[in-house]
Amino acid sequence: MAEVEETLKRIHAHKGVVGTIVVNAEGIPIRTTLDNSTTVQYAGLLHQLTMKARSTVRDIDPQNDLTFLRIRSKKHEIMVAPDKEYLLIVIQNPCE
Amino acid sequence: ENSNLSTEVGEGLDEWGAAKTLIKPPDQLELTEAELKEEFTRILTANNPHAPQNIVRYSFKERTYKPISYVDQMAIHFSMDGNMILKDSDEGRRQNARLSIEEVISEEAAGEEEAEEAGAAEAAEAVEAEEPPPPRPRERKLANQFNFIERASKTLNNPLSCKPCLIVLQWEIYDAYVEELEKMEKSKEKEKPRAHIAKKEEKRKDRKSTSLESQSDDITKVSKAAKIMERMVNQNTFDDIAQDFKYFEDASDEYRDQQGTLLPLWKFQYDKTKRLAVTAISWNPKYKDLFAVGYGSYDFMKQSWGMLLLYTMKNPSFPEYVFSSESGIMCLDIHSDHPHLVAVGFYDGNVAIYSLKKPSSQPSYKSSAKSGKHTEPVWQVKWQKDDMDNNLNFFSVSSDGRIVSWTLVKNELVHTDVIKLSVEGATMQGPEGLQLQTLGCGTSFDFHKKIDYLFLVGTEEGKIYKCSKCYSSQFLDVFEAHHMAVDAVSWNPYHMKVFISCSSDWTVKIWDHTIKTPMFIYDLNSAVGDVAWSPYSSTVFAAVTNDGKAHVFDLSVNKYEAICIQVVVAKKKNKITHVRFNPVYPVVIIGDDRGHVTCLKLSPNLRRMPKEKKGQEVKKGPEVEIAKLDKLLNLVREPASQAAR
Repeated sequence: MAEVEETLKRIHAHKGVVGTIVVNAEGIPIRTTLDNSTTVQYAGLLHQLTMKARSTVRDIDPQNDLTFLRIRSKKHEIMVAPDKEYLLIVIQNPCE
Repeated sequence: ENSNLSTEVGEGLDEWGAAKTLIKPPDQLELTEAELKEEFTRILTANNPHAPQNIVRYSFKERTYKPISYVDQMAIHFSMDGNMILKDSDEGRRQNARLSIEEVISEEAAGEEEAEEAGAAEAAEAVEAEEPPPPRPRERKLANQFNFIERASKTLNNPLSCKPCLIVLQWEIYDAYVEELEKMEKSKEKEKPRAHIAKKEEKRKDRKSTSLESQSDDITKVSKAAKIMERMVNQNTFDDIAQDFKYFEDASDEYRDQQGTLLPLWKFQYDKTKRLAVTAISWNPKYKDLFAVGYGSYDFMKQSWGMLLLYTMKNPSFPEYVFSSESGIMCLDIHSDHPHLVAVGFYDGNVAIYSLKKPSSQPSYKSSAKSGKHTEPVWQVKWQKDDMDNNLNFFSVSSDGRIVSWTLVKNELVHTDVIKLSVEGATMQGPEGLQLQTLGCGTSFDFHKKIDYLFLVGTEEGKIYKCSKCYSSQFLDVFEAHHMAVDAVSWNPYHMKVFISCSSDWTVKIWDHTIKTPMFIYDLNSAVGDVAWSPYSSTVFAAVTNDGKAHVFDLSVNKYEAICIQVVVAKKKNKITHVRFNPVYPVVIIGDDRGHVTCLKLSPNLRRMPKEKKGQEVKKGPEVEIAKLDKLLNLVREPASQAAR
């Protein structure tokens, strides 16, 4: 347990990381380093997008699965790591 | 026209009125007055003539059929739900009011005849009697003047087929099948005889315990995702370095003739190892991006604790695995078939095996004073092939002059002394005439790649012994190699006769193990900490010195000087202690005595392959590499052999 906590702490302390959010299977954020409204917005939208992306990958080949999703935008990079039941979302500013 | 229409309606009404008079059927009996007045008595009973009289039912209590006395006598001849409403009720009044409005409309339409009948109530009654009660839709507003609605426009707003629950995706079907298969397999397992029950129970216990753990804290479930995420965050931060690692080839090498350079990539450092020296480095044989680093101290006066870290190039900011030990680590080796097992030698003479599969920071197996540990620091350990009983085993060499084979038998390390490095004619005269034998201090060894029993041992006195595992008291050969401690010996990966040695006497020497004098000698102007052959060429090797420089040689390019000499540590005081080539990628890792590990990329000149000639295929493979080195060695051998003649 402590190991995961430490890893999350390290990620958050890393250069350029804006925030980390852990989202459960229903799309509800269970842990965040951002403020409430931003978290809810990110969690809801990215949960939907990730589910759609996963569905796309799996529909093309059912034995395949989504392992990682990164969205490069003008301002940030949003990274989503789907685990069995949770989503780990990290927003990073790679130019910083 | 109008009058015509009214007459027609009037005629119809007349006919209808006439029909109200009694009509006698033609075959009706003609009865006399007396007959008609005759009285017939009829007694009505409440019994249903059609009800069954003789129902019996079996009684389980008495085990006989019993007649049932009570029979339902009710007979229903006709039943209908009426649509009559009480006049006084609310609904009745409402209907009355409605009808009176309608009546006004109908009166206008129907004309005078209906108006003749007097009384609003009577008229209402008549309407009710004449035509069936008006259907409900009349209450609604008229959609248009024709009261017409297109059927197609009556479709539902949200037809069911658009709901997501009805769309079944390919993968959902696949998942359902997989689940079904698993169920079937499980049910098959259950049918199997109960021989495995005990095992199953154990498994169940495991499962229970894991499920309990996961329940206790949800966040543990993202451990894998967190690990991936940390690597991705690092990849973004060190994007330029990752690009260099993969694609950068120094273009200036073309103008430099033979010289090459080392491009620094990532730096690996950890808070807790700042004051420790890197005492051993090894790449993982299976995962080419993973390497193990041992930390301890070479300073006799400053011995403290030790650490074993495993880093991956994918995450330079934090080690993948962390183990700490009470005594400083002096050497390590990773098993080639079981890449999770790391053998480690300590300063206090113990050896241990760490397993990466176990989360604890303690070694899985460790020797002790009882089980024959060394009495001096262990300078090198090396895994061997599994023995006859398929037990894991490794060798260790120490300053106490013993070479020990450690075998892992039933979770215990069992030691066997293979050889003792006795020094010829160096017996000391102890008190009271005791003959004390002094032992050589082993500092390094290496095992022959092909000949299983053959190995070399370097000692603190500068000698290199060629030994066999079969003779515990005799050496096959002794090389008077160096004037100071031999820090490393290593067989060439291609040429089976050639090995290299380095020493604190500033020299690196290349030997043919059948000839007692060295083939090549290089003086590097500082104590040489480590030397390593490259995995891609038989003639390339790298050496690191105490003045912070890395030297890379390619004998086929220049057999007199290094083709790259470069300072590769941040501060001049730092000593480089170890160097290793990656087995696949063109990078080396070097460790210094301040706990830093640096990864450097070899420029194209340092890994130059034989030039392509037009119309001639470039040969590759071990034969070519052996021939390349042999050609060089022959140049050195010939004058020596001629002199011998």
